[in-house]
Amino acid sequence: MVPLIEIKNLSKSFGDMSVLDKVSLSVNDGENLVLFGQSGTGKSVLLKCIVGLLEPDEGEIYFEGKSLLGLPINELNEARKKIGFLFQSAALYDSMSVRENLEFPLIRNFNFSDSEREAKVKKVLEQVSLEDAIDKMPSELSGGMKKRIGLARTIITEPKLILYDEPTTGLDPITTKEISTLMNQLQHTLKISSIIVTHDLVCATIVADRATVLKDSKLIFEGSLDELKSKDDKFLKNFFSSEVVEDQMEK
Amino acid sequence: MKKKIIKINKAKLTLFFETISGLSVFSLRFFKGVLVPPYEFGEVKKHMIELGIKTLPIVSILGFIIGLVLTMQSQPILVKFGAESFLPTMVSLSVVRELGPVLTALIFAGRVSSGIGAELGSMRVTEQIDAMEVSAVNPYKYLVVTRILACTMILPILTIYVDFLALVGGYLAVYLSSGMNITLYTNEVVRTLEFYDIIPGIAKTFVFGFIVGAVGSYKGYNAENGTVGVGYASTSSVVLASLLILLVDMILVKVTITLWSP
Repeated sequence: MVPLIEIKNLSKSFGDMSVLDKVSLSVNDGENLVLFGQSGTGKSVLLKCIVGLLEPDEGEIYFEGKSLLGLPINELNEARKKIGFLFQSAALYDSMSVRENLEFPLIRNFNFSDSEREAKVKKVLEQVSLEDAIDKMPSELSGGMKKRIGLARTIITEPKLILYDEPTTGLDPITTKEISTLMNQLQHTLKISSIIVTHDLVCATIVADRATVLKDSKLIFEGSLDELKSKDDKFLKNFFSSEVVEDQMEK
Repeated sequence: MKKKIIKINKAKLTLFFETISGLSVFSLRFFKGVLVPPYEFGEVKKHMIELGIKTLPIVSILGFIIGLVLTMQSQPILVKFGAESFLPTMVSLSVVRELGPVLTALIFAGRVSSGIGAELGSMRVTEQIDAMEVSAVNPYKYLVVTRILACTMILPILTIYVDFLALVGGYLAVYLSSGMNITLYTNEVVRTLEFYDIIPGIAKTFVFGFIVGAVGSYKGYNAENGTVGVGYASTSSVVLASLLILLVDMILVKVTITLWSP
């Protein structure tokens, strides 16, 4: 079976600093892959390389069996329509209401009628349980609400793959669980695959089918979350013990 | 010490030329963007209304005061030479040919270029521009082309309005000092102003509007380093746009005189 997305030997440097060094991974249809790693290890850079916001120095990225690198912009945009991206800050458009934020990709990329668009907006707002926020501005929303609306904007185009960049960072434990459960529901109901960059063990426990760890710009582990937790490696033990302590303190 | 100063100036000069070359490449993309569909007419209209409303109060004051002060300053000199009747001629020519277009453009740069720089800069550092790009929308076309086009189209309209108010201000000053009849003043102004005086004055404001939109968009679109970068984008937009307006004005005046002198 061809993986939905396959990354082969991807390398990226900024000046003399190597951020990704021959990283390879793949995600199958309907699978959630969690990507752990310390801050500054290139997790977000990897996501940005996938959607073409950054250009890798070396390597290959295949989506649905087709290389994403070196594509003309119109072909890259066709692929982007099938890939959703949830930014760490949600990146809602400040000058637009929630409705306009959600309609934005639909108006510009698809030919839906007004009523079809309205129905889609209402449906995704229902999925993220924020029907009442439809006419609010982003400045009127809390951090958790912004993440939910960001997620709604991501799923409204029904992508095949969603890239989550620290989707629960800065949220309280209850909202973290709610967002993580929502991500899981999306995977099951809409059959969306995901790559989730996170430090959050609660989120990972809920959503992960498989986990990988980036350290010093290299992928040092790939397997199930249970295997990862039981791995006899000093760095991994330290990484997850600190996560557990933080988690317990929050609780 | 001298070496250090030369080194700093060299670095600043390099940065200036880098900015100008970057701005040129960035602005050239506009011409491709404006011709290729989809056309964002709604956005252009929205920005034109916003920019017009935002700038209207300050340019109204500007226009009226230019005419008033210019007349008040010139009158004693013209009286000295027994040429007071030339006052409407002098005021109208000064305003329509040079003061109206350039001062309106400078005020517009201060008000609008900084606003565009700050808005796009803020969108850049909060990843909104990236979000637009990954949703398969061309952010340059949606954010930059629409703003440059709106600036290019609204500034000439504002300049005509400022020119008119300056002539009204000029008349008020003449009336208060010498009680000149409005019909006489208007006849003098209409008799003085010719096609050659009006068209170049208005035509160059299209270029100034383009500069204001392009510089603000360039600085904001390429902002980095968080909120500090947004502040820098905003202030440096005004400085660069004002400088370019003055330089381009100098060139355009020379070109107009050379090519179009009656």
